[in-house]
This record gives sequence, structure tokens and C-alpha cells, in this order.
Amino acid sequence: MKQFCLNLPTPRSDRTKQSKTFNFAYAARSLSSLVLALLIFASLGYLIWRGAAAMEYRWQWYRIEPFFFRSVDDEIIWGPLIKGLIQTLKLAGTAGVFAIIIGLFTAFARLSNSISGRIISTCYLESIRNTPLLVQLFLFYFVLAPIFGIDRFWAGVLCLAFYEGSFAAEIIRSGILGVDRGQFESADAIGLSVLNKYKDIIIPQSLPLILPPLTGLIISLIKHSAIVSVIAVAELTTAGLNLIADTFMAFEVWFLVAGIYLALTVTLSFGISIFEWSLKSRGN
Amino acid sequence: MEDQTKEPLVSISGLSKWYEDFNALHDINLTVSMGEKLVICGPSGSGKSTLIRCINQLEAHQKGTIFVDGLEVRPEMKNLESIRRDIGMVFQNFNLFPHKTILENLMLGPIRNRGLSFKDAEALAMQYLEKVQIAEQANKYPAQLSGGQQQRVAIARALCMTPKIMLFDEPTSALDPEMIAGVLDVMVQLADEGMTMICVTHEMGFARKIADRIVFMDEGEIIEIATPEVFFSAPESERAKLFLSQVLGH
Repeated sequence: MKQFCLNLPTPRSDRTKQSKTFNFAYAARSLSSLVLALLIFASLGYLIWRGAAAMEYRWQWYRIEPFFFRSVDDEIIWGPLIKGLIQTLKLAGTAGVFAIIIGLFTAFARLSNSISGRIISTCYLESIRNTPLLVQLFLFYFVLAPIFGIDRFWAGVLCLAFYEGSFAAEIIRSGILGVDRGQFESADAIGLSVLNKYKDIIIPQSLPLILPPLTGLIISLIKHSAIVSVIAVAELTTAGLNLIADTFMAFEVWFLVAGIYLALTVTLSFGISIFEWSLKSRGN
Repeated sequence: MEDQTKEPLVSISGLSKWYEDFNALHDINLTVSMGEKLVICGPSGSGKSTLIRCINQLEAHQKGTIFVDGLEVRPEMKNLESIRRDIGMVFQNFNLFPHKTILENLMLGPIRNRGLSFKDAEALAMQYLEKVQIAEQANKYPAQLSGGQQQRVAIARALCMTPKIMLFDEPTSALDPEMIAGVLDVMVQLADEGMTMICVTHEMGFARKIADRIVFMDEGEIIEIATPEVFFSAPESERAKLFLSQVLGH
């Protein structure tokens, strides 16, 4: 029956796509909005340049190379910006791992039947979300750090981890709740233990729901890591502040620091989107 | 209960369940002996699904007792998994694991719960896939199969755990009409092999064919229990008569 149908031209096969002739009006519109965007960028750049010229700022872009690296006797010595970037990566990477672990525990505590687990996790989430990050950082650095004897780097890491962990918890929780209830039931019905149920059935299906917002979280973690410069952890923003104190090249340095953060986050989100794409194409 | 000489496989007594203030089940008493085929029917919202979901505790009950194979099933019990492993369940919406192939769907239970090796589990899974006639689809994903095929896979997945009893929760209600026969064939075959079965279904022809007893429920209560011959020709209660006239009358 099916075979028979396939051999005949069906009405559906006659319905071709819309004509593909070149659409001048559409092309002209796209081109003009592109030109408009370029014009806006150019005028913004001009305004900055003129403003700087008016206050007689002396741009010294030729002096920036040693900020990144110096070459002494065929040996490369990394400059303050690269060293700061590495510290930022260490800080954000460690805090990110801790944030996801804290998020996992908090999410499962909130989903559990345990009353104490739910009380503790709710208190944690509410207190972190309803106080300023800067105040939390001061609490960690001036109060908790001396009490528990932790250094400024780890005070920064823990503060960021607890802050972002509260958001990770909600992302993970909603990802798990996003899995169809029938999946929980059929895992229960074949008698899987709680651990196997989550490991084999629930987590693999919630990953595609969790990953996109979690990427956003890691990106905001990298950006928030700049705040630990106020407790003088030697990361990228601190490196920038120190450079300006030495060279008075505030404009160039802040452009560079912003550019490095931008390059980092754009690379990261691009990498993750490739990973998500591969997850999706595998899942079907 | 204790006076019964033949130990029933499932025995339910005084079972009641509430959702908040809504009384879903009221004072259910029912025993199912080994090898028996029970069909539960009744209008929608009568508590049929809730009743069989209480047997493997997908729903917790508040009053009464449920014994499965001599063990009491309670909502807060620790080793619920081990009891569930002996109770196969087939859902209306199949609930296959979409990220696993058909074969992996079947192998998961035996590997995780029965400690089978990969090879043994694979052989077991293939054996049951052949039984439900889907062996050639073993390496596909659930989404690539038709509804009827998915439901047969779901039956095979439950059978892989070699359960003592099979619960069917409206297994054909989500299927296109032309898919129903294949699933019912598998269920009839299973019944012929002597599997203990409790089926919630609206397929009255199937009920007539395989059921030892038919349980008619309404408003969360068991209204009557009868053999198919009696139930279909001379139901006792008015509600069963009305129900049958609505189900069979077109």
C-alpha cells in the first residue's frame, strides 16, 4: 500500500517552495540597516575620541605591549594583564565548580521530603538573594575569613561560589522538575534505586534543560569575579587598577580589561553552544 | 484474611485514599490469586488507575493494607524498590526512556536491579523483544517507533524484570485505533501463559476474552465483582448497567 503511494506523484510533491528569485527590496533594506548600525558605532567611537581630545587625553596605545608580555633574552615574561587573567580564570573556575556542587546539594535538599533540608536550603537561598554581593564579600573577608583562618583568595572563591550557587540551585531544580513525571514513575516502576533513577534517567534528560542557563551563570560568575578586586585579590581587574596607578593610562587599560573579559565570555558561550548542538544532534 | 487457605498474590483490605479533601478510593477490598486475570473498568475518575498505582505505591494510601506476595506495601517503607521489582507496570503513555535505545530501555532494569551482566541482559532483552515482535527495532530510539510498537516495548521492558504480576494502566487508550490490536495480542498471549494480570482498560472485547473476574468501580468504590459472562449479560447494579449501555451501545 505504502509502496504504491510512493511511486505516484502526490499533490504534495507538486507544491514547490516559493520562488527563489532575488528580492531587491529585501536586500536593499538589509543593506541600509547594516550601514545604519555601522554609522552609529562610528559616531559613538568619534564622540569618545573627541571627548578625550577635548580633555587633552594622550592616547598611548603603543605602550600596551608590556602589559601582556615582555621578551627578555628570548624568554617570554607574562605581563600583569595576562597574570591577572590567569588568576581570574583560577578564581572563576574554582568558584564555578563549588557553585555547581552547592547548587546540586541545595536543589536536591529543596526537592527532598526532609523538612530540615528544605528549611536550610530555603534560608540559604533567601539570605543570599536578598543581600548585596558586595556586603556578602565583606562578610566573608572581614568576618568569616579571620574566624576560619582562610586567605583572601579563598574568601573570594567561597563568596562567589555561595552567591552563584544559589542561582545554580534554582536552575538545576527547575531542570529536574522539567523532566516528564512519567519518567520518574517508570523508573520507580522498574524498581530503580533513587541514585540510579537520577543517574540513568532523570539527569541525562534534564541536562539539555540545565546547560543553557548554567552557561549564563558561569559567564556572570566570570563578570562578578571582578568584585573581589575590592579585597585586593590579584585578578584581572586588580591588575588593571595597579597598571593605572603605575602608568596613568586609565582609558587604554579599561578598554583592554573590558576586551579581555568580553573575549573570555564570548569564547565560552560559543564553546558551550557547540557542545549543546552536539548533545541535541546525538539525542535524536 | 488469615482464614484463606490459598495465599493470594495481592490482597487489599480497607484501602482508602484522599487527595487533600477528595476521596479517591473508599474502603477497597480485593484479592488476586496467582495466575488470575482481573480487569478493572468503570467511568473515568472512578479511581481505577489510582487503585492499581497504589499496588506498587506510585500513589501512597492513607488507610487500609496492601499485601503483595506476603509482604505489606506501605508508603514510608525502606525497601520499596525490591517489591516494585516484582511488579511490572505498563502505562497509558508508554513512558519509555527517550534518551536510550529500545534495547537499553529493556536492559537497564535487569543490569541495575538484578545484577545481570551486559551480555546476559542483552540476551534476555532480545528474547522479550522477539516475544513482542520488535526485535528488528532493537537499536532504534523510542521516538522512531509507532505508538503501538512503543507500548509493546514497554510491556517487554516490564517483563524483563520477570515480575510476579503485571499491572496495565489503560495500555491502549493513547493509541491510534489501528495500533490497538497488536498490543492486545501481546497481552492475550501473556494471559495465556499464565501471568497474573490486573488491567485497567476500556477494551470490553479484550476483557470478555481474558478476564477471570471483572471489577466495576465508580466514585472510588468497588460496585461489583463478577465473571465476564455474568457482568456483560446481567450486571447487578444500575450503575454498571448504565456504564455498559454507554460503552457497548454504539
